[in-house]
Amino acid sequence: MFGLQSECMLHVPEQYHTLSDYEGAQPRWCPSCGDHAVLTAVQKVCREKQLPPEKTVFVSGIGCSSRFPHYMKTYGFHGLHGRPFPVAEGIKFRRPDLDVFVATGDGDCCSIGAGHWIHAIRYNMNMTVMLLDNEIYGLTKMQTSPTSRKGTISNTHPHGSILPPINPLITTLGVANASFVAQTVDWNPAHLYSTLLAAHSHQGFSFVRILQRCPHFSPNLFAEEISNPDLTVLLTHENGIEAGAEVKKMYKNSLEHDPADMNQAREIAQREDLIPIGLFFCDPSKEQYDKYGASNIGFSPQKKAAALKVEFEKYAV
Amino acid sequence: MLNANLDELTTTDNNNSAAEISGIKAKPLKECIIEIVSDAGEGAQKAGQSFGSVSAKMGNGVWTVEIIPAEVQPPARSRAGASGIRIRFGSNKITNMGDEADLVVAFNEQVLYGRIEQDAYKAGTIILIESKWKNSKVPEIKEEYAQALNEFKERGFDVREILMEEECLKHVDNPSKGKNMWVLGMLCSIYSRDVTKAEAQIRHTFRRKSEKIIESNLRLLNAGYSWAAENIELKFQIGSEMKQVPRLVMNGNEAVGMGVMAAGIEVCSMYPITPATSVTHYLSEVFEKSGGLVHQAEDEIAAIGFAIGASYAGKTAVTITSGPGMALKTEFIGLASMAEVPLVIVDVQRGGPSTGLPTKVEQGDLLYAIFGQPGDTPTVVLAASTIEECYHFVILSRQLAEAFRMPVILLTDANLATGVQPFTRPEINLDSFSPPVNQSPWKKEIRPYEWDEKTGISQRPIPGQADGMYVLTGLAHDEESHVAYDSHINQLGCNRRSRKMAAIHKTLTPPKINGDESGDLLVVGWGSTLGAIEEAVSLARKMGGSVSSLHLRFLSPVEPGLEEIFKRFKKVMTVEINYGDEENDPLITQENRRRTQLSWFLRAHTLIDVDFLAHIHGQPMRPGFILQRLKKELGL
Repeated sequence: MFGLQSECMLHVPEQYHTLSDYEGAQPRWCPSCGDHAVLTAVQKVCREKQLPPEKTVFVSGIGCSSRFPHYMKTYGFHGLHGRPFPVAEGIKFRRPDLDVFVATGDGDCCSIGAGHWIHAIRYNMNMTVMLLDNEIYGLTKMQTSPTSRKGTISNTHPHGSILPPINPLITTLGVANASFVAQTVDWNPAHLYSTLLAAHSHQGFSFVRILQRCPHFSPNLFAEEISNPDLTVLLTHENGIEAGAEVKKMYKNSLEHDPADMNQAREIAQREDLIPIGLFFCDPSKEQYDKYGASNIGFSPQKKAAALKVEFEKYAV
Repeated sequence: MLNANLDELTTTDNNNSAAEISGIKAKPLKECIIEIVSDAGEGAQKAGQSFGSVSAKMGNGVWTVEIIPAEVQPPARSRAGASGIRIRFGSNKITNMGDEADLVVAFNEQVLYGRIEQDAYKAGTIILIESKWKNSKVPEIKEEYAQALNEFKERGFDVREILMEEECLKHVDNPSKGKNMWVLGMLCSIYSRDVTKAEAQIRHTFRRKSEKIIESNLRLLNAGYSWAAENIELKFQIGSEMKQVPRLVMNGNEAVGMGVMAAGIEVCSMYPITPATSVTHYLSEVFEKSGGLVHQAEDEIAAIGFAIGASYAGKTAVTITSGPGMALKTEFIGLASMAEVPLVIVDVQRGGPSTGLPTKVEQGDLLYAIFGQPGDTPTVVLAASTIEECYHFVILSRQLAEAFRMPVILLTDANLATGVQPFTRPEINLDSFSPPVNQSPWKKEIRPYEWDEKTGISQRPIPGQADGMYVLTGLAHDEESHVAYDSHINQLGCNRRSRKMAAIHKTLTPPKINGDESGDLLVVGWGSTLGAIEEAVSLARKMGGSVSSLHLRFLSPVEPGLEEIFKRFKKVMTVEINYGDEENDPLITQENRRRTQLSWFLRAHTLIDVDFLAHIHGQPMRPGFILQRLKKELGL
């Protein structure tokens, strides 16, 4: 007979989410800002994973990139400068059902929020973190950022910045309990998408540094690397990020790197001759603080009352 | 001052058959103040807390206050290192620590000096002092001890030397651990305490220790009890004249912790800070069993950010801190107000500014709590004035935060934090627990800030609610939560958030007046000074003074009817533990006089002159200190 057996029932989602289901307000970023590319890639990831918009939360701090949540049609939290991580952690702590993304910039994450960043890595709560790093402060008009290269001319350092930059990859890889560290670029949409997809699929704190340009204040950043793909090295591995044939074809310079190898990850992160892109490190077995957070949710009032009564007895006279 | 004459306070009608121990008839007392002082780490506080609990269990009114040295491990035998506890107990309710102590047990003479500097004793105070020092092999110690004893006697103290350690050595090998329990036994005998209750208390206190340690402590307790019965002729009896209702006995921080559980709060996010941290010590032990968790954040800012995140995504969370932590949380409190995130913030006030006096009491955060923000930040500010209120006000704060979608700051202080007082056992009400997180679909047509024109109240969508998606922002926003810099929108948003304060104000009733409804002087207080103020007012009234008092719980919005009440008195004066210039200080005029926080606030609020009495000694307010001023004001 023609028909489906009951155990073969197809799971048909109630609603298929299209890209427009994730498109919020019209982005107000400058034309040709790298943020646009990231937004598009993220919306595609949401569609690919069919994330219910009402169960998805984008959290950000302050800065150009932190406008991100406004351009998604999900829940969003556009909070304080440097503080997206504590808020995102608080959201995730008792809500394992929510998908949490963090959009942060180089000033937000690596300067004013650096302390939270270090601890967020250590908490290793399941969230996807995008560091949109254009090596400059854009919203406040061209001040030196902690990732600005030494000698960067800015409004705060008109004669060139004095200090060497922080390398966010080396920093992240140096923190206990780091579980997912990747790097990608705004000018290769395929690699950007694949990296964010892999980050979202990882269970834990997925940290993705996205190299990008500010069309106004750091327009010539990576000009050489963009015109010459040989200045990029693609990290490949069966456990790494599968970016597809086009990406492999573009970046002939590749390096086989096992993302379980922390020492090699740190070595690669230190390279200054080439831009390494791909998965530096991944270990899904790391302790996750959100699992602790979800360990005792949903107590009934009766159960709470019983616990309180036990406490009263201890203090009763 | 209060207890200058013990006879005055003795009960004439002793309804408890006077306890007789070893043939000495116990002298009945209405109430009494005792202290145990020692070097840090000698267990004086543990002994005193046990004594307080035993007294509460015997139906007494009790107030205990810890004497805490500023340093964690001050040098032995130093005046600044005085560590210990004061217990005031009596046949009726006790609301404050009182004035000078009637009896003190001292483990050395130097720590007593530390207390004498704080006027803790009076002529006639009985001092039971460890006398091993007179046999010290160190000549300087021997000399110091002898000199001190002479001085104490000159001051009129009733000094009695006891070889405590030597007595302990008869029962244990190492008396440095456990001498406190011997002292507890001694005090139980002197004050006719039920020793079986003390034994039970020791078993509870040392419940995590081995049976061997418990046995050793029990042995010392009984030894101290027997020794005192045979060797000290002091015997007192403090009966109970209170209606016996089921009561709980705990300190204010434990009460806050229990209030958190009773409020149904499920996330307490904190960073360690004295004197607030012990709330979370308590919660960390028991919170999991009532469906909650403590999060120790990486700093104060993260602690409130985490709490706001948790609140945004579901149930209202709490963050608990003290002054310096409040300063760090400032920006996030502004965000919670601006973006209308319900949140409970408990500020256990300590001495400021800056790191200030970490272990000492001050009521210095009032104006900060109300106004400490750039821009206009409507925030509810409540102050607990008793340990009982520490419990109930957390529940109230959670409810207000949710109903009005805003941060609520609950002020307590170091005096409430460590003070122990019994209070009526609360009813457990299932409605006090927060409801489950609403995950039903949101009505699309309702905007995320659909401000009610009259009350400013709007309903908040919670992540997970389909069709409720919005982006919360700290930027100026319209009712859709869209960022909007249009001049009228910022005006509208500020207006609607402010309107919520007026709506809360509408629900409040004028404060109750303690005493006559009109008269010469009205004393206004807030927070932990309640007991001391009412005691002083009551004494002044007995002397014929026309004085009343009122005590504010709601500071923002402030309770209604104050102007009308103030006008019925010739003079209004606050009593506060925060700084104000003295009238007679050099250069001080009416114009430049910097006033205490509540008096400043009330002057502006009522347009009526409000004087003040204040100190910032880091000590709780004493009734005697207030009474002195009342007498002056009233010409008594």
